[in-house]
Amino acid sequence: MSNDNPDNSRRKFLTGSLSIVGGTGAAATLWPFLSSMGPSSKAKAAGAPVKVDISNLKDGEKIDLIWRKKPIWVVKRTKNMLDSINTNENKHKDPMSENTEQQPEFAKNKFRSLKPEILVLEGVCTHLGCNPAYKPSENKFFCACHGSNFDLAGKVANGSPAGANLKVPPYRFEDENTIIVGELPDNSKTKKG
Amino acid sequence: MSEKNQTAGVIGWIDERLPILSFVRNHLTHYYTPKNFNFWYFFGSLAFLILFLQIFTGIFLAMHYKPDAKLAFDSVEFIMRDVNLGWLIRYMHSTGASAFFIVVYLHMFRALMYGSFKKPRELIWLFGVFIYLALMAEAFMGYLLPWGQMSYWGAQVIINLFTTIPFIGPELGIWIRGDFAISDPTLTRFFALHIVAVPMVILLLVILHLSALHTVGSNNPDGVEIKKHKDENGIPLDGIPFHPYYTVKDFVGIGVFLFLFALTVFFVPEMGGYFLEHANFIPANPLVTPEHIAPVWYFTPFYSILRAIPDPAYGALAMALSIVVLFFLPWIDSNPIKSIRYRSMLFKINLFVFVIGFLILGYLGVKAPNPLYNALALRFSEMYFIFFALLYFYSVNRSNLFSYAFSGVIIFLIAVYDLSRISSDNYTMVLVGLASVVLFLLFMTLSPLYSNLNKEKEVPERVTE
Repeated sequence: MSNDNPDNSRRKFLTGSLSIVGGTGAAATLWPFLSSMGPSSKAKAAGAPVKVDISNLKDGEKIDLIWRKKPIWVVKRTKNMLDSINTNENKHKDPMSENTEQQPEFAKNKFRSLKPEILVLEGVCTHLGCNPAYKPSENKFFCACHGSNFDLAGKVANGSPAGANLKVPPYRFEDENTIIVGELPDNSKTKKG
Repeated sequence: MSEKNQTAGVIGWIDERLPILSFVRNHLTHYYTPKNFNFWYFFGSLAFLILFLQIFTGIFLAMHYKPDAKLAFDSVEFIMRDVNLGWLIRYMHSTGASAFFIVVYLHMFRALMYGSFKKPRELIWLFGVFIYLALMAEAFMGYLLPWGQMSYWGAQVIINLFTTIPFIGPELGIWIRGDFAISDPTLTRFFALHIVAVPMVILLLVILHLSALHTVGSNNPDGVEIKKHKDENGIPLDGIPFHPYYTVKDFVGIGVFLFLFALTVFFVPEMGGYFLEHANFIPANPLVTPEHIAPVWYFTPFYSILRAIPDPAYGALAMALSIVVLFFLPWIDSNPIKSIRYRSMLFKINLFVFVIGFLILGYLGVKAPNPLYNALALRFSEMYFIFFALLYFYSVNRSNLFSYAFSGVIIFLIAVYDLSRISSDNYTMVLVGLASVVLFLLFMTLSPLYSNLNKEKEVPERVTE
């Protein structure tokens, strides 16, 4: 409280360094809290692969299963359905499945599948996440939320609000009638999807 | 305030509409605090920090916790094992509870030592005792939430205290539990009270506590009023602005505190069963009481007082009185000298014995009862109340007659109680205990008549460096 002249540069240095150290500490302390809001170990463990038996799946039928809390469709496409699939540039936004985010490498083909007749898709509209309806008589999937149309390979039609094809999850055939969703085929090198 | 009240720019625009700058001036940069604060003045700001920490960690725990008797225990284990760094957040919260009480007890001791509860600061003290009560309720209800064995049986014991109230007790117990035993409705209401109602009450009380403090100004280790001596600008000669002087000082306290806090959280979060009791890692079982049951350490002094009296209703009454008496402290001790520095040797002895007794009661509360411990608990419970009686006694200089009568009445009451319970098994312990208390009382009340032990020092006009 005396009249000594305070050394201001020293003060500024101390204030500045304390602010930086304290600020860094405070920011670091936030980390556990932000991190705790992410998926827990339990939620992550729940993402294990799912096995499905398709021996009873009839032509044209669709079954739903759940993998990582998302609906997964398995459709057995008929000859007629496969004929309806084309790669016409005027009809689709991504006719050749160029967007590598939307399918594993093995599904970058005309039918977007391992075997032409078996379709495996994530049933989540690429617009805002609704669950599109299966319309076998019209050879399409239709999302009622905002009117997006997808063909029976999950390719988004021109003029739809959705911007990308429906996603193909990683999957493989364990044998003729057993699909494992969540694992890539053994010969597939790339870990996409 | 001599400061210019006009500020340009965005801050100025806001300040004309919302008194931010004036708030900062009135409560920080131009709030004058005595320049002689010492170590004991860290604990107010630390308590505030811990309150913030508890609310913050609590919010994140509430995101994962499930208030359901079937799910609660598992959800706490889920937080400990599966939530990213959930163990850290939970240990911060549980360690924070104990840290809160450590800091609050030291804060209260500071008030006792320097007479911070005395005129004109009675309301600050009253709000403080209310905060302490709310904190006890908050801690007690929080301890039920993990739904472990100690949660369950601790709550069982405390809620049954209310059932000892004559006439309405049993019905009151059922109403508090929402069932005939502690069960899901008890858990869900404790959850609601713990995370919403009581924290809001505590925040409100803290605002009142601080508003009252800033109205009359802080006390200090010398117990002199700095507002008596002001310079020509109306600034107390012994005052310095809270900011930057005490904000900087408090940062040092916060640094040391956080260091100790982190050590506890990372290395000894259960503190050997004192911060988190071992039995609480077993799910609640209404059919099996743990072999040894004790409350968490911060309740144990009062728990000892409860156990010391071999009757449920009188035990509960004594425990309630031991807390209620705190509210009357400003009127019990009306000695005009505030600080321990200028009070008599007998006052110092009284306070010292009280603190030791309180610690011993706390120790006895965590131990399983046995005849010796029970006898000690009874004597130190008596000493707890004798402390307040002596504070009253030392308020003014007492006459010979008053001194003899005062000690005589207390000794008579204790002796009558002892004679009513003396038997061939316990007479040594009863007589030794009685003799100790009587000797202490006689010394404390009669020595002023024959010695200088009650001589007080002159209080200086200004604070000493």
